[in-house]
Amino acid sequence: MNGSATNTTNSGGLSAILDKHEPELLSKWISEQLGSATRRKDLMKESELREQSRQFLSLLRAASQSRNFTDTSRPEWTAVRDLLTDISKSRALNGFTPSETASFIFSLRSPLIELIQREGGLDTKEITVDLGDATRLLDKLGLYTFEEFQKTREGIINRQQQEMMELSTPVVRLFDGIVAVPLIGTLDSARTQVVMENLLQRIVETGAEIAIIDITGVPTVDTLVAQHLLKTVAAARLMGADCIISGIRPQIAQTIIHLGVDLQNVTTKATMADALVMALKTLGMAITKGQKHGRGPALNS
Amino acid sequence: MERIPILKMGEFLLVTIQVDMHDQLAMNLQDDLTQRIVKSKAKGVLIDISSLEIVDSFIGRMLGNIAGMSRILDAQTVVVGMQPSVAITLVELGLSLQGVRTALNVERGMRLLRTALGEDEESDDGLED
Repeated sequence: MNGSATNTTNSGGLSAILDKHEPELLSKWISEQLGSATRRKDLMKESELREQSRQFLSLLRAASQSRNFTDTSRPEWTAVRDLLTDISKSRALNGFTPSETASFIFSLRSPLIELIQREGGLDTKEITVDLGDATRLLDKLGLYTFEEFQKTREGIINRQQQEMMELSTPVVRLFDGIVAVPLIGTLDSARTQVVMENLLQRIVETGAEIAIIDITGVPTVDTLVAQHLLKTVAAARLMGADCIISGIRPQIAQTIIHLGVDLQNVTTKATMADALVMALKTLGMAITKGQKHGRGPALNS
Repeated sequence: MERIPILKMGEFLLVTIQVDMHDQLAMNLQDDLTQRIVKSKAKGVLIDISSLEIVDSFIGRMLGNIAGMSRILDAQTVVVGMQPSVAITLVELGLSLQGVRTALNVERGMRLLRTALGEDEESDDGLED
C-alpha cells in the first residue's frame, strides 16, 4: 500500500510540484535572477526578464504534464524549445556572454531544488528521484540554450564573412577600357569566385579591354592562390580582356619562383602605375605633361 | 537537317550560335565552315556565342577544334561575346581555350581580326623587301 502510494507520487513528482507551486517558484526564480552577478541591467529590462521567466515556467509546466523529463526533443517540448531558441537568439544578438545566457536556465536550479526538498519532506527516495529528474531536465535545457546561442553567433560570423568578401572586392574603372581589381586579404576559392564574377560582369558593362589585378594587399601567395589568379586571368581572357597582374612584392616574386608557379603567359608588373602605363600603351594612348591650369594666385604672373 | 548559318561579311565569316549545340550539329558546323573557308578564301572567322548560356566540355573542345581547323586553312578564329558565367564554367572545366582569340563583342572581334591581318600583311611586306 505504502509502496504503491510512493509510486504515484514519484511518477507525478516534479510535474505536480511545478503545477502546485508555479507562482512561488516564479517569484523565487526571478529574485534569484535579479540578484545574480550575471544579470545585465544595461542590456535587458526587468519587465522583459519577468515576462520571459513567466512564459518559460508556464510552458515548462504544460510540457512536464507529459512526465517525460529525459527526452526534450519530443514534440511535447517543442513550445519550450522554441521559447528558449528565441531567448538565446535575442541574448546572443544583444551581446550577452554565453554564461549570462545559460544562467537563465541554471538559476532555476536552486529554487527548484529547495521546493523539491520541502515537498518531499522525509521521503528521501522521492526527493532523490525528483532531484534526478530536475537536474537532468535543467541540464538538457541549459545545453539547448547554449547550443542555440552558439548557432546564432555562428550565423553572425558567417554573415559578416560574406559581407567582408563582397566589400573587399571592388572593381574600379581606371580609364576608358581599363578596369582594376585591388585585391585585399587572402584569396581562397570562395573569394576567387566572387572576384571573378564581379570582374567579368564589369568587363561586360564597361567593355574594358584590359583588367589590372593588383595583389599588393594579398599577404601570401601559395600555389593555390596562384592557381586562383591564373583562373581569373583565363576567364577574363575568354571574355576578350587582357589581364595584367601588378603589385608583386619582392618576397612574393621569390615565393612564386621557388614554388615553380608558371606565370609565363601572364603579364606582370611591379606596381599598379607600371601596369596602367602599359595598359594605356597597349590601347594606343599616352599621358603627356601639359600646361598647368593655375587656379589659385598665379605664381609666374 | 538542322544547320547553323554561316554569314559572309567581307573577308570574314560570321557564325552565330543561337541554339543548344549537340554532337551532330557541331559536326555539321565543322564540315560547313571548313568548306566555306576554302570556297570563300576567308581570312577570318568570328564565332558569336553571346546567346549560349550553357557550355560543357564538348562545346569547349569543339570551339578549340574549329579554331585549329581554321588556322590550318589560313583563317584566324575569334570567339566573341562569351557570357561571364560561361567563361567561369570553361575555366573551372580546365578549358581556357589556349590558342583561340577572344573578344567582347562582334565589333571588337572584327577590329581584332583587321589588326591581326594588317600586321600579317605588314610582315609579309617586310619579307618581300
